[in-house]
Amino acid sequence: MVDVTHGTRRGFPATRLSIVRELSSRDTASRREAFEVLVASYWKPVYTYLRLCRDASPSDAEDWTQGFFVHALERGDLDGYDPERARFRTWLRACLDGYVANERKKARRKKRGGDIRHVSLDFETAEGELRHREIPAGDDIEEAFHREWVRELLHASLEELRTSSLEAGRELEFGIFARYDLEGPEQESRPTYADVAEHFGVPTTKVVNVLHAMRRRLRALVLERVRTLSATDEEFRAEVAAIFDVGRV
Amino acid sequence: MTPLSDRTMAHLREVAALPAVVGERYEVIRELARGGMGVVYVARDRELDREVALKILREHTVSEDGSVRLLREARILARLTHPGIVPVHDVGRLADGQVYYAMKLVEGDRLGDYVRSRPGLRERLRIFERVCDAVAFAHAKGVVHRDLKPENVMVGAFGEVLVMDWGVAKLVDEAEIRNETSPERPPDFHEVDTKPAPANPRAPGQTRPGTVLGTPGYMAPEQAAGDAAGVDGRADVYALGVILRELAEGASEPVPRRLRAVADRALARDPDARYPDVPELAADVSRFLDGERVAAYREGPFDVLERWFQRYRAAVLLILAYLLARILIFLSAGT
Repeated sequence: MVDVTHGTRRGFPATRLSIVRELSSRDTASRREAFEVLVASYWKPVYTYLRLCRDASPSDAEDWTQGFFVHALERGDLDGYDPERARFRTWLRACLDGYVANERKKARRKKRGGDIRHVSLDFETAEGELRHREIPAGDDIEEAFHREWVRELLHASLEELRTSSLEAGRELEFGIFARYDLEGPEQESRPTYADVAEHFGVPTTKVVNVLHAMRRRLRALVLERVRTLSATDEEFRAEVAAIFDVGRV
Repeated sequence: MTPLSDRTMAHLREVAALPAVVGERYEVIRELARGGMGVVYVARDRELDREVALKILREHTVSEDGSVRLLREARILARLTHPGIVPVHDVGRLADGQVYYAMKLVEGDRLGDYVRSRPGLRERLRIFERVCDAVAFAHAKGVVHRDLKPENVMVGAFGEVLVMDWGVAKLVDEAEIRNETSPERPPDFHEVDTKPAPANPRAPGQTRPGTVLGTPGYMAPEQAAGDAAGVDGRADVYALGVILRELAEGASEPVPRRLRAVADRALARDPDARYPDVPELAADVSRFLDGERVAAYREGPFDVLERWFQRYRAAVLLILAYLLARILIFLSAGT
């Protein structure tokens, strides 16, 4: 059974090697591990993309998400990726569009086979998350897929940050971070450093230092994942720029 | 963990990209602007308890060469103490090794935005004169800006005019700024200065021959051709000519022929046919504003009359009104 436990360290290799390269490895174990990471990192952006941008019903989106990855694994479609021609993410989406167009043409659903059928992808949760999401009007398709990819990347990195913080006995630190950086942006009146310090009964300087440390750690975790999901250094740098260097002029 | 909303996601992307300044003298407050090379943040200087602007390299430009360029820009600014050029306060490295420099925080409008609500030609030209003053001062100090455009001119809340973004400026004597010693220079940067001279005489931060730096539409022909060595202050005269033309054409009144001639001369393709320097260009604009004859335009008798009328418009109108009144009195007395 393929383990693609979502958003945890188990689904992510400790190595910084590019899984994109490993997808075409002759070593079956490496190839399988790379594929697991690929599915763990991309299934939700793929599902969300199909639901929001390709007007797929929940059941079609489920079938196509599973089918796409099985198809890619069985036929080795992703082996043909050429870093010279496009970013991996862009190429993956192009493959997905081709697959969906083909499925629609066939106009039938098929029970898919292979190892992946045992994989528990949490479509119910993914569908629940979409309830308050609207299709962005006039949004560029590539941009929409990128945004979902970044959302999943941040979500998985945050899960890892939370797990590692709790394991290290840093509940307070993660609590401060969550209150200011995760809950704060959702509130009408965002809390100040002083508000958070008062809530946790710590000095404001501690809040400043904790936020700094947690943000650095989050950034490092995101970079680690991006490096693993990029085929080349150039692609890595371009992806990092697209995530953190967003064009606010 | 609950799913990330667009708002939280945008916040995380922003805060995770903020420079690592904790424990340093500065506290980053928010992003102010970003250009091709650096991001400018509003930051609080904890020691002097004031807000400053902090310029740091953009994510994708972080490299030794990028750091040298930023440092070079800071040093250029440091030698240009002028009311029309933003002063540098400090330069150094952050905890993560990134180079930054702190400068005076100027909040205002870019020239293009500022003049949008000010259609009067005279007011626009007065601002242009002050841009010329700052650029002329830089030229006198051996610095050619090479990227003058409305976006790089800031008009502050109190009407102060500042020429910004000296990142691609050219030094007439590059070696001088690299080798000069300054007591304020932080020890971190000594490595930059003490590096052995490379086999290629181009130092980091200098422009390779054939490299085009600047903004299309504002670059002089010789600059657009990549002739880095041949570019001098007259390239800035050309860019100022473009700005002058834009300011004049965007004004509410038609562009006078004499002013158009001033812009045309600044915009000559041949550098030798332009004003030889910025003070000459500024002087012609001042002469135009004062109703005097401009060097760029050969006047006919009608032009002289028109200029005199404009210069002494109030007096002429007063005399005409007086004469008209006398005629009316004379006519009414005769009937």
